[in-house]
Amino acid sequence: MALAFDEFGRPFIILKEQEQKTRLRGLDAHKANISAGKAVARILKTSLGPKGMDKMLSSPDGDVTITNDGATILEQMDVDNQIAKLMVDLSRSQDYEIGDGTTGVVVMAGSFLEQAERLLEHGIHPIRIAEGFEMASRIAVEHLERIAQKFEFGPANLEPLIQTCMTTLSSKIVNRCKRDLAEIAVKAVLAVADLERKDVNLDLIKVEGKVGGKLEDTELIYGIIVDKDMSHPQMPKRIEDAKIAILTCPFEPPKPKTKHKVDIDSVEKFQTLRLQEQKYFDDMVQKCKDVGASLVICQWGFDDEANHLLMHRNLPAVRWVGGVELELIAIATGGRIVPRFQELTPEKLGKAGLVREKSFGTTKDRMLYIEHCANSRAVTIFIRGGNKMIIEETKRSIHDALCVARNLIRNNSIVYGGGSAEISCSVAVEAAADRYPGVEQYAIRAFADALDSIPMALAENSGLQPIETLSAVKSQQIKENNPFYGIDCNDVGTNDMCEQNVFETLIGKQQQILLATQVVKMILKIDDVISPSEY
Amino acid sequence: MVVAKRSFAFFMFRLVVYFLAVEKIFKDEASEEKGERARMASFVGAMAIADLVKTTLGPKGMDKILQSTGRGRAVTVTNDGATILKSLHIDNPAAKVLVDISKVQDDEVGDGTTSVVVLAGELLREAEKLVASKIHPMTIISGFRMAAECARNALLQKVVDNGADSEKFKSDLMKIARTTLSSKILSQDKEHFAKLAVDAVMRLKGSTNLESIQIIKKPGGSLKDSFLDEGFILDKKIGIGQPKRIENAKILVANTAMDTDKVKIYGARVRVDSMSRVAEIEGAEKEKMREKVQKIIAHGINCFVNRQLIYNFPEELFADAGILAIEHADFDGIERLALVTGGEIASTFDNPESVKLGHCKLIEEIMIGEDKLIHFSGVEMGQACTIVLRGASHHVLDEAERSLHDALCVLSQTVNDSRVLLGGGWPEMVMAKEVDELARKTPGKKSHAIEAFSRALLAIPTIIADNAGLDSAELIAQLRAEHHKEGCTAGIDVLSGSVGDMAELGISEAFKVKQAVLLSATEAAEMILRVDEIITCAPRRREDRM
Repeated sequence: MALAFDEFGRPFIILKEQEQKTRLRGLDAHKANISAGKAVARILKTSLGPKGMDKMLSSPDGDVTITNDGATILEQMDVDNQIAKLMVDLSRSQDYEIGDGTTGVVVMAGSFLEQAERLLEHGIHPIRIAEGFEMASRIAVEHLERIAQKFEFGPANLEPLIQTCMTTLSSKIVNRCKRDLAEIAVKAVLAVADLERKDVNLDLIKVEGKVGGKLEDTELIYGIIVDKDMSHPQMPKRIEDAKIAILTCPFEPPKPKTKHKVDIDSVEKFQTLRLQEQKYFDDMVQKCKDVGASLVICQWGFDDEANHLLMHRNLPAVRWVGGVELELIAIATGGRIVPRFQELTPEKLGKAGLVREKSFGTTKDRMLYIEHCANSRAVTIFIRGGNKMIIEETKRSIHDALCVARNLIRNNSIVYGGGSAEISCSVAVEAAADRYPGVEQYAIRAFADALDSIPMALAENSGLQPIETLSAVKSQQIKENNPFYGIDCNDVGTNDMCEQNVFETLIGKQQQILLATQVVKMILKIDDVISPSEY
Repeated sequence: MVVAKRSFAFFMFRLVVYFLAVEKIFKDEASEEKGERARMASFVGAMAIADLVKTTLGPKGMDKILQSTGRGRAVTVTNDGATILKSLHIDNPAAKVLVDISKVQDDEVGDGTTSVVVLAGELLREAEKLVASKIHPMTIISGFRMAAECARNALLQKVVDNGADSEKFKSDLMKIARTTLSSKILSQDKEHFAKLAVDAVMRLKGSTNLESIQIIKKPGGSLKDSFLDEGFILDKKIGIGQPKRIENAKILVANTAMDTDKVKIYGARVRVDSMSRVAEIEGAEKEKMREKVQKIIAHGINCFVNRQLIYNFPEELFADAGILAIEHADFDGIERLALVTGGEIASTFDNPESVKLGHCKLIEEIMIGEDKLIHFSGVEMGQACTIVLRGASHHVLDEAERSLHDALCVLSQTVNDSRVLLGGGWPEMVMAKEVDELARKTPGKKSHAIEAFSRALLAIPTIIADNAGLDSAELIAQLRAEHHKEGCTAGIDVLSGSVGDMAELGISEAFKVKQAVLLSATEAAEMILRVDEIITCAPRRREDRM
């Protein structure tokens, strides 16, 4: 079929090595793509909601990850299929943009695809389906805006923020101490938030983990933790009112960039060189001392001699501190990163109320705490946990919670969780469908059905009867005209999510619907899959 | 197991058919296991690991021989759970979780590495039964959580804190050391080693840095000949022609190059045009070294310890000046020496008046077995110390070191957190009783999980008794009856093979260890239970280096 004819009727080949490629066209291509997308969604479906299960992933090197986070599962899965890769991308972009709801977006896209497949079998053109979905998603997003509620929070009233973060955390393994973690996340975000501009730079929050202890020991530190210790074992382990010199130059004789050679051909030269060398070290240390620094943090290593001189002059120092950490320290302490000893001035020193070294466990693990900084805009969340996997999973959960808190600061509208928003949208879309003439009407109705799949999966994962529960909640919503009824996953006894305090952010939910629709549209538009055969 | 495998294969076959029908989304060798099958795979893996180390539990536990696959096929004989698990090559992801918790337990508290794995294994074994009777894993998890919290509170109530009374505290420490050591190779001489360990830890004065306790292993003699040295022993020889014995030593501890002092300025090189010039430069170099040595001597010392090599020339100079020079002490040795003698580690020698020198009463060469060692005695600060282990073979010594390490870890943690419990299965019985009571009060399906938790706790004393060849069913039943009385102190007395009074027998354990065992085992079990799908990526291809 890949033959075409030019104007003289001579055949020419469009696809090279035609026989060696497998090709799927038309409805077959659609079906194959849809089933691949559905397969990915099916994997994630059981992870949805507070009673969702985890996945255990074993990497090519044999490391084990246990997680509930959709984006992480998909990223670490060895996915080969192109459409499946699209779904992976979808969850990743939700992760980048919103940070939470990565599982939900894939499940939603999966159910859209499922509905689309049915319509395709009816013989509706894929583009019409795609257009119908597009209209429906607009209706849904507008409807979300209508049912969304604003809520006020301030430094004095953090409760709403904490409640929202708790909703996010409740589906993770850390839900044992979700209250504590949610408080930590909210405080951390508020510490770095710019409430005027309504923006939060999450880079200022460092999440550090150390195996050992228990989850309850996780703490928020207004300052920085560096996984390093003092360069000389006998330097003081505790410095109060530290003035910190932050250096990116090594304590070594300078290495000019231009190539050069120093030739030694006489005894005098040899001796002057030696004196010069000693002077270098002496000068460097003296300069740090002269500007009044009481702690030196350096990106590079020290020579033994310099190390001892520092120790001798009672100037504690930390070496091999990474670039990112160095920047954070600079922000937190209000210091400047100094690239050359000559440029060291007293104004460029950072200030911290307390710097201390803390050791953990029975091994020689030590960490450096820099606290009570001049500028408390950089904070660290320090996670403890029973094992490496718990720590990693907690880091991911905290990241989600931080993102949620940030989104709320950017836009303080919320919708209610537990599937209530989806049900309400589904009702609204269903009602709107009848007003559209043409084939799109079917697509819009299918969209409404697909939205039901999220509460359905929630109910299924919580061990409830999915269809029975959903229809009960739906009729309750319509009867009482109250969009806050959702699935009672935790068996609390009420369906009213307003009472259960289960919130999600409005932008998160909107983004989920928009992104899922976009990907589905993209997949529907493909009608030809050409793949090279294996060999 | 065989039946399980057969049904596995059957499942697999069905799965393959199913997948072919749908669509392949993974890469070639990646695999996916779902639902019941995934859960079964992780249960089987985790329980296999727990069963593996089960027989090493308790005072009558047996050892394992580990043979490495590396060159030489080195053999380790050990009883330490963490060591056994570390050397296993495991493919099952759930089993890896258990190995990981045992490692963390080792790093964090040092002991209880076997118990934590066994408890997690028992929890999963109980959970498997519950899952088989159609209780949702999430319900089991929430039951386990309640149970773990309740068990912890039960322990907290029964805990004894003698931290304020130093006499009693020391006897507590002795008891803990004895209990820890009794399950190890050192059990024959536990009295001796318990004293060693307690003395060593008391010298640390609350710091948990075990680096400052040096353990030197010298084959020969018997375990009983091991001793704790108040001073410091450096595994080095004294240079020839240098004094073998120094009284009132002033020690300079240094980290500096004493070979050829290289020029650190970048790009420097020596270029000469005649032989005489070479000689001159060489002379200058020598002069430089001589000056350095002079400067060092000017500190007024009679002992010089360097981390790096000392070449013959400076060594000779030191010998001339009557200074004892010791080269190539490793970094830990230097740090410890600095700690013991109170000196600082120096790298420049220009201002002798401000460098802090170390002091000790006597330096002498001593013989342990056939080896000569340098002994520093009468040191100023007593923080660091040395334990010399003697034993029949390397295997015995290695195992003795691990055992002693466990004891030291536990003791140093106890110094910080002085809460103490009784041992011999007593804490498990206390927890099991409380948890059982909670199960009766809790409505709903959770109570099954809580009950299961208490059964898993009981498994630990059962295994201890089984390993000792006792009638576990009878003993545990007796213990349970005993524990229904108020203020009971009964536990298993493995030596006499009956129920005994733990307080009288002096068997104690650190609260911190028990708490860590309880919490991390529950956490690990919870994690494995939550999994309903295992996705394995294709293994990374490696070049065959063999």
